Amino acid sequence: MPELVLQLTRGGFLALLWLFVLLALQVVRSDLYAASGLKSGVPGRSGPKPSRIRGAGRAKVARQLLVTQGPLSGTRITLDSRPILIGRADDSTLKLDDDYASTRHARISQQGDEWYVEDLGSTNGTYLERNKVTGPTRVPLGTPVRIGKTVIELRT
Amino acid sequence: MARDSSAAASPTGRGIELVMLALAAVLTTGALVLVEANQEQSLTTDLLFVGLAYLVLFSLAHVAVRKLAPYADPLILPSVALLNGLGLVMIHRLDLAYAAQAELRGRPAPSELIGAQVTWTVAGLVLFAAVLFFVRDHRTLARYGYTAGFVGLVLLALPAVLPSSISEVNGARLWIRIPGGPGIQPGEFVKILLIIFFSAYLVQKRNLLSTAGRRFLGMELPRARDLAPLLAAWGLSVAIMVFQRDLGSSLLIFGLVLVLLYTATERISWMVIGLSAFAVGATIAYQLFGHVRVRVQIWLDPFEDYEGGGFQLAQALFGLGTGGVGGTGLGAGRPDLVPFAETDFIFASLGEELGLIGLAAIMLVYLVLITRGLRSALAVRDSYGKLLATGLSFSVALQIFVVIGGVTKLIPLTGLTLPFLSYGGSSLLANYALVAILLRISHVARAPLPQRPAQPRAPIAEASTELVQRPDPANRRGGTTPTPAGEPGPAPSGPGPAGPGPSGPGPSERGRSDHS
Repeated sequence: MPELVLQLTRGGFLALLWLFVLLALQVVRSDLYAASGLKSGVPGRSGPKPSRIRGAGRAKVARQLLVTQGPLSGTRITLDSRPILIGRADDSTLKLDDDYASTRHARISQQGDEWYVEDLGSTNGTYLERNKVTGPTRVPLGTPVRIGKTVIELRT
Repeated sequence: MARDSSAAASPTGRGIELVMLALAAVLTTGALVLVEANQEQSLTTDLLFVGLAYLVLFSLAHVAVRKLAPYADPLILPSVALLNGLGLVMIHRLDLAYAAQAELRGRPAPSELIGAQVTWTVAGLVLFAAVLFFVRDHRTLARYGYTAGFVGLVLLALPAVLPSSISEVNGARLWIRIPGGPGIQPGEFVKILLIIFFSAYLVQKRNLLSTAGRRFLGMELPRARDLAPLLAAWGLSVAIMVFQRDLGSSLLIFGLVLVLLYTATERISWMVIGLSAFAVGATIAYQLFGHVRVRVQIWLDPFEDYEGGGFQLAQALFGLGTGGVGGTGLGAGRPDLVPFAETDFIFASLGEELGLIGLAAIMLVYLVLITRGLRSALAVRDSYGKLLATGLSFSVALQIFVVIGGVTKLIPLTGLTLPFLSYGGSSLLANYALVAILLRISHVARAPLPQRPAQPRAPIAEASTELVQRPDPANRRGGTTPTPAGEPGPAPSGPGPAGPGPSGPGPSERGRSDHS
């Protein structure tokens, strides 16, 4: 096989190898913008999602729930219209592993554009900032909600 | 798992996975064609069939993922496919080189390694599918935590106990060889079993282990009696080093335990204590054991004893130097000049023929694999899954660091295999099992939340137990109000108009906090 062809294929192979890497990084990148491990974007399929996110950004609506303190710190959950259940039960959305949390501790649900936190009769209570939550209470963006040793916040 | 409209809406990533698998198969076939061309073998359409067979093999794995873990991470399997493919091509390439070498010296050609490695790859993929099939929820693994730990310890001790005719290969006693059958290196599986055990153990004992002891230099030191797990791991590592002369596994197991402890407790003091213990162990080992001293001497100056112990590392460095930035091209180098080029030193072989550009790409593929594992650890919503995924990803990362660091003379050389690239059946099988568990965790992390109907019964059940548990003075005074009116702690109720303390009856208390 002629030398020139060998050199070209050598370069071509390395280029192809890097194409693989770049494609992988592209998928990683699109995943970063999907904000959560729960939903990951995939290039080519991100049609309806950006428009929803852009529309929501204008109205300052909470789009994700972030755990800021506690063992699950750093966990993000992308909010859709469904309520978020928090507690030690296995089927909770955010499953706490905390002696100070009840099996079904609290629920965060959406009404209109706002999110409300509601204590489900927990033993140790749910706190919005430093106030105990007794009925459904509106959760402003970035306000810490404390459940046992866990603190969560709503973020855009 | 609920397969409803919302499940269809959230992307699974299976499409992109298939595309990337195809690209990995194309790359593998391309590499094979280049090797054959450069080695002046006849280029036939058979090569295309080999590539096609490879694609079919991983498509079957892809179908298994699609059926068993549809929301699993789309990048893990293609990365593995590419690494395994490149490893296979490189082993085939070394087979050709060894045959040529033997012919030159007039010896019979050595038996080919590629056949065994292909068999192991198929077996690995079968194991991969089996793990995905049997482990439907990674939390079930936690239940077998102590069993896994026990089996792991037995497997670890077995080669040291068995007679050295069965267990010893090249001075390290880490094999179980059935006469006439394939050998197994149990150490590779022990890694996974110990991660399963330690994650389960740490989830249970995390609170205990992060109990603060004395403060020292701005760190909260753990209590002395909580040091037991770390000391046990340290002793285990030293035992492996002494009895099996396996520096790599020793380092790997200790590093794993340390990282899992740190992840579980979030205390930097564990790292400091662990690294000091490592330093002490390393110093003592250097003083006491000849084989450790030899390794360090070779690391410091491989050319001092070029004809002897330093030969392998020096040849690897020459190989990497020959490769340079662009490499000699696949099949055009002389990677066979390095002893054990197909196992520990396959990275040097790839470096010679693909150059820095190719090596950087391979390391990025590894990086993608590891970060996807760690990302699953971040995203999954239960503590056990977090620890397990962290441990598994980190074990791959540490293993790669130890091997590549050793081959490139960054750290003393220790014998470990490069996951998916190196020749070795146990390593392949164990790593496919590891990746299957990672995919399972990433599936749980990325799957849409299960739709569940509201259960009004449970909160009431909670509320009834609550009254029994909390004889609160406010509750007693206010009668049997079902509202949890009292505050257990000293937390003041803020700027509420009702003043400090819940003195009013239930309804007014509820009314106050509604508009706050």
